Amino acid sequence: MELRANNTIDMVKNPGLRDALIKVIGEGLPLVKRPYAEIAQRLNCSEAEVIAGIQSIIAQGDLKRFGVVVRHRKLGYRANGMVVWDVPDNRVAELGHCIGQYSFVTLCYQRPRRLPEWRYNLFSMIHGQDRAAVIEQVEFIVQQCGLQGIEHEILFSRRCFKQRGANYAGRLQSPAPGRVVNE
Amino acid sequence: MREFSALERRLLNEFQHGLPLTPEPFADIARQLGVYEITVLETLKRLQTEGVVSRVGAVFRPNRIGASTLVAMAVPEADLERVATIVSNFVEVNHNYEREHDFNLWFVVVADNEKLLREVLAEIEESSGYPLLDLPLLNEYFIDLGFDLKWN
Repeated sequence: MELRANNTIDMVKNPGLRDALIKVIGEGLPLVKRPYAEIAQRLNCSEAEVIAGIQSIIAQGDLKRFGVVVRHRKLGYRANGMVVWDVPDNRVAELGHCIGQYSFVTLCYQRPRRLPEWRYNLFSMIHGQDRAAVIEQVEFIVQQCGLQGIEHEILFSRRCFKQRGANYAGRLQSPAPGRVVNE
Repeated sequence: MREFSALERRLLNEFQHGLPLTPEPFADIARQLGVYEITVLETLKRLQTEGVVSRVGAVFRPNRIGASTLVAMAVPEADLERVATIVSNFVEVNHNYEREHDFNLWFVVVADNEKLLREVLAEIEESSGYPLLDLPLLNEYFIDLGFDLKWN
């Protein structure tokens, strides 16, 4: 308890530390024996503060994952389909949870329709080793979740123009966290 | 794609979550895998150099830090490369993909707050010359258990 109280005080005393840590863990840990100690040296604080700070960021629910971030394309998952569904508004949560439960679905979000140009309100991301695998997985979802009458499209990715923004010098005001979302 | 060793596969598959928050996290991983710490470090470094691992670190939840949205644009094929370059040059743009659809350019925009996000979107529309669809996240229906890699 004592330790927890002290750590909380440290984060309050040093609000810049939280932003700095968000930036560092978004860019990736140094691959050395004591990565948190090396980060501490960079940020001019203690190793314990770095560890407690990351724990508090995780506890606040800001992270999807903290670990080895893999690039699917480089692992042979060349087909990436964004599957968009036109789901009745009162069934979005139910069907979203159904679609989102499968391990080959890496994202499942509700987004607004933009009529008349855009009718789809549920977005899911499916990675597969090739197009046929993705199409097969979509068929599986249609069967499992009872989506036979639901309009949907698969938007396969072609070129990747940019995968992440490394430079945050632009319009970001405060100590510019290195944020990567939807990865 | 090259073949991956048993150790590489386990590092790629089992540690997408929950990196130990201990002073020597790679030693902890090494103990779990029954190998030397230096082997874990060297293997991760090699995978990172090869681009298989983008980093060992955090993936943030959208909308928890700053403001973000997904944007779609319908750009004539002949103009796509030019517009994609303009879009990618914005530091606020995270991912920028061509997809098979009339709406063929898809990217994520992140800014510190909603007001700055609006400004960036307006500037992207103005400099590209095409209207955009702003598709912010409303709800998330996904329990992230990590991506289960299947090895042939």
